[in-house]
Amino acid sequence: MTQVLINAPKTAKKGEVIELKALILHVMETGFRPGTNGRIIPRNIIERFTASWNGAEIFRMDFSPAISANPFVSFFAVASESGKISFRWTGDEGFAVEESVAIDVA
Amino acid sequence: MKASPSKSPSPLTLRDLLGRRAALVLLPAVFAASFAMAQAGADKRRSGYQDMGAALQKMQDDDTTNPGMLFVQLGQQLWAKPAGANNKACADCHSVGDMKGVAVRYPAMPRDGDKPIDLESRIRLCRTVNQQAEPLAPESRELLSLAAFVANQSRGLPIAPPADPRLAPFREQGAAIYQRRQGQLNLSCAICHDDNAGKKLAGVTIPQAHPTGYPLYRLEWQALGSLKRRLRNCLIGIRAEAYPSDAVEYVALEIYLMDRARGMVFEAPGVRP
Repeated sequence: MTQVLINAPKTAKKGEVIELKALILHVMETGFRPGTNGRIIPRNIIERFTASWNGAEIFRMDFSPAISANPFVSFFAVASESGKISFRWTGDEGFAVEESVAIDVA
Repeated sequence: MKASPSKSPSPLTLRDLLGRRAALVLLPAVFAASFAMAQAGADKRRSGYQDMGAALQKMQDDDTTNPGMLFVQLGQQLWAKPAGANNKACADCHSVGDMKGVAVRYPAMPRDGDKPIDLESRIRLCRTVNQQAEPLAPESRELLSLAAFVANQSRGLPIAPPADPRLAPFREQGAAIYQRRQGQLNLSCAICHDDNAGKKLAGVTIPQAHPTGYPLYRLEWQALGSLKRRLRNCLIGIRAEAYPSDAVEYVALEIYLMDRARGMVFEAPGVRP
């Protein structure tokens, strides 16, 4: 079960700058730490986060092993049209989560 | 209202009477409020929340930036998920509304037990006895999530330990541990959290150790953790040998600390640095 918390306005004026915030539950295991048995715990991180507005990419971010567990991303976008904002996280071990919110631009 | 000089003394009108009655009703309320304010002024207790920076306080206050809410959300799903031989979920017996006020009165004595248990142990007990499911490991993500979900229902309520006489010896034991010097650094809990609270330890403000937000998300842990984990952390910090995970000493300390924080506002899931 993957947990995501998104904070995005439900409505915006056309041309308004809005803040989008996304928080996801993920261990972000670096791949450098030995476990209790002395062996290195394999790397398990989110590699990429993308956000798209009605299918068009508006934000992309590459993650590194230095980024904390349960990463929080906040960024700004210009409200262009009503529709769907999608957030997508992909990473090691086939990790892929997508979450979207609806926005009404008047 | 202005009384004309020709018509004095003016007769009492209904409006005057109502006004006086309102004043009489209000007077005790005003006294009560000022008394409460004086009490609050006398109360020097501070939650760790008040000692954090503004950014962290904002992080805790906003449910979409508080990472603890991820676990609350997970706990909500586990709450409704059937488990064990009885194939029952928490939600089959309990309503979420009934969980309001539970976390603020734990640790408590189980009905037919002689040892007090904290909220996490209560959930583990319910899982093995009532659900007939495999026990949840201590500090596991599932257990902490369920505890966070239950604790979140009590957010905003005052901490209210039960008046159970069976808890008294354990509270005393907890108080004794709190005062006792231990570990290679030969420190007691009280030396830092009573005598030196509010001062700095390696750049961090020493809190007064009121367990107002457990289970809480510590940025240092990058995870949710229980009060027991916090106590264990402190014991290791003073180079003392930590108690085994099921030791009654932890619960005794928890009972004492919750009693010490009686009346303070519960904030679970808290965020701490």
